[in-house]
Amino acid sequence: MQHPVGYQYNPRTGRAELHDFFAVLLNKVQLVTFPHVVTAAYMTAGAFVAGIAFWRFARSEGEIKETFRRGVRTGASVMLVAGLGVAITGDVSGKIMTEVQPMKMAAAEGLYDSQSKAPFSIFTLGSLNGEHHKAIIEVPGLLSFLGTGSFTGEVKGINDLRAEYKAQYGQDPGAKYYSPGDYTPIIPVTYWTFRFMIGVGLLTAGIGLLLLLTTRRGRAPTNQWLVHGAIVLPFLPIAANAFGWLFTEMGRQPWAVFGVMTTANGDSPGVSAGYVATSMIAYILLYAVLIVIEVKLMLAAVKADLPPDPSPDDDTDAGDTDRPLAFAY
Amino acid sequence: MELTTVWFALIAVLWIGYFTLEGFDFGVGMLLPVLAKDEQERRVMINTIGPVWDGNEVWLLVAGGATFAAFPEWYATLFSGFYLPLLLILLALIVRGVAFEYRAKGHYPQWRSRWDAAIVIGSFIPSLLWGVAFANILRGVPIDAQKEYTGGFFNLLNPYGLIGGLTTLLLFLTHGAIYISLKTDGDIRVRARALAVKVGLAAAGVAVVFLLWTQVMTGNVGSAVFFVLAAGSLLAGLYALLRTREGWAFTGTFVCIALAVAGLFVALFPDVMPSSTADAFNLTTTNASSTHYTLKVMTIVAVFFTPIVLCYQAWTYWVFRKRISVHHIPPDRVEAPVG
Repeated sequence: MQHPVGYQYNPRTGRAELHDFFAVLLNKVQLVTFPHVVTAAYMTAGAFVAGIAFWRFARSEGEIKETFRRGVRTGASVMLVAGLGVAITGDVSGKIMTEVQPMKMAAAEGLYDSQSKAPFSIFTLGSLNGEHHKAIIEVPGLLSFLGTGSFTGEVKGINDLRAEYKAQYGQDPGAKYYSPGDYTPIIPVTYWTFRFMIGVGLLTAGIGLLLLLTTRRGRAPTNQWLVHGAIVLPFLPIAANAFGWLFTEMGRQPWAVFGVMTTANGDSPGVSAGYVATSMIAYILLYAVLIVIEVKLMLAAVKADLPPDPSPDDDTDAGDTDRPLAFAY
Repeated sequence: MELTTVWFALIAVLWIGYFTLEGFDFGVGMLLPVLAKDEQERRVMINTIGPVWDGNEVWLLVAGGATFAAFPEWYATLFSGFYLPLLLILLALIVRGVAFEYRAKGHYPQWRSRWDAAIVIGSFIPSLLWGVAFANILRGVPIDAQKEYTGGFFNLLNPYGLIGGLTTLLLFLTHGAIYISLKTDGDIRVRARALAVKVGLAAAGVAVVFLLWTQVMTGNVGSAVFFVLAAGSLLAGLYALLRTREGWAFTGTFVCIALAVAGLFVALFPDVMPSSTADAFNLTTTNASSTHYTLKVMTIVAVFFTPIVLCYQAWTYWVFRKRISVHHIPPDRVEAPVG
């Protein structure tokens, strides 16, 4: 949907048809976003383990404390290494995005006019509508570097891309639904989600490094900020992941399939808005109930004592069919 | 043979796999409060399907995925047209799957009984609605020239559709009861056997009405052969059960469901979703299919991966082949409420 390849439009059937299976399999956006998502998943798991283990580590004594130290260090190492992987794949992804979906990169910065040595603003005040916003902290050339690999590379701006798309595709049929301008996603959403994705992701990897440093060689940090931070830690990569998805899906708008079909044209003619609302409400209610149950179970698991080490003779009488099940539902 | 025909047959095989396998775990789920007399027996029942129910459910995903890729027009019309029933089925499957995993994680009676209710309802709704959905596909639903479904939800709840739903419901109950008698030991095994015979006879009666109705409405010689053999397998299975040959009885209901579903697909062919508005609007294996190239790629992928999936699923059943009885259930760790 971000970068459709390997298909041919068939005017007789009115649909895009598969033309080259390997082109789809080796789609360059796919090749880089897949490891990006996988490393982000590892970072999420690492933060989950490290956060819970650190919380228990700070509250226990003796032999059990050493067990939790291993948990903290394992989780933190995964966070750091996976975080590095997320950063590298994210960087490659940014350069491919600038090439195949330049509007998304322009929208990520709210860059209205094409620019070489394009700056990256850390923080901005104002409406981001191209007229009144004012960057508070700005790094010159950083957006050019993120997008092209060179601090002086040219990044196309929103205004130029709009003109280009209108010349290529005609008027944007979906503009009235979600775009502040033709062929443009909602800029404040892309601008802030892009920053939060990168910021929270880097923060997580940084905490991984901090945890490794503060627990090295038998050290036991007592800093209350760190101990209480452990409660928040598992949620950080989850938030970063959510911001990343919001950014990449919003950044594709108004297209459902980039350059081929707009989101407004992509709805099912036979499904009414009432049906869609029904399913949406049903899923939200169901998952709201499930999340309460899930959190309750997780808290119980976090507080529970560690199970005893399995004794080595547990498996010796595996042939005894009358033993209770090792795992029972 | 045309690749479209091959994929029509493969999708039929996937649905056969889904109904023969998930059919018994739906049955076990629905029978939970009927067959089990106490908590230990309830856990025995759940543990007979615990390691396999999710693998069984994957057949549904593959059937849906194969339909999406091989017959996109069929998929689009079906999933848009049957939006609400499929939503109900999905919600039921979500609740049911969570219930299996979470039930044993809480240690007080109310927690367990609520998840039991989720398992029963989550097994009942799909057992009924799959039959309703398939019957309506065979009967034909309002489809216009643009291949769009134009009926509503209640359009699906016609007498023939409801008999179809009752047929799958009773067949899955029978299949599940026989599975329990095959996979457990002790009192519950005896109770399951007695119940299976009673429900099985009711299932046979309703199934004969449904299959006969289908045959008269849209059948051909091929479907008639399948339907007769299906009814025969069910009766043979029940006879085997009376002689306490549980393995043969399970084979009987398994083959019955397989042949009945095969017969339905034979009766449907070459349509995939006939239109009740006009024959010219019927979705067929030809006008609903992907391109030849897409089907070719799919065939190559399926030839390589299907045997692997079949092997590891068979291996799961081999690993968990033993009967389970109450003394296999480990004692609960704690009795205190969670949280």
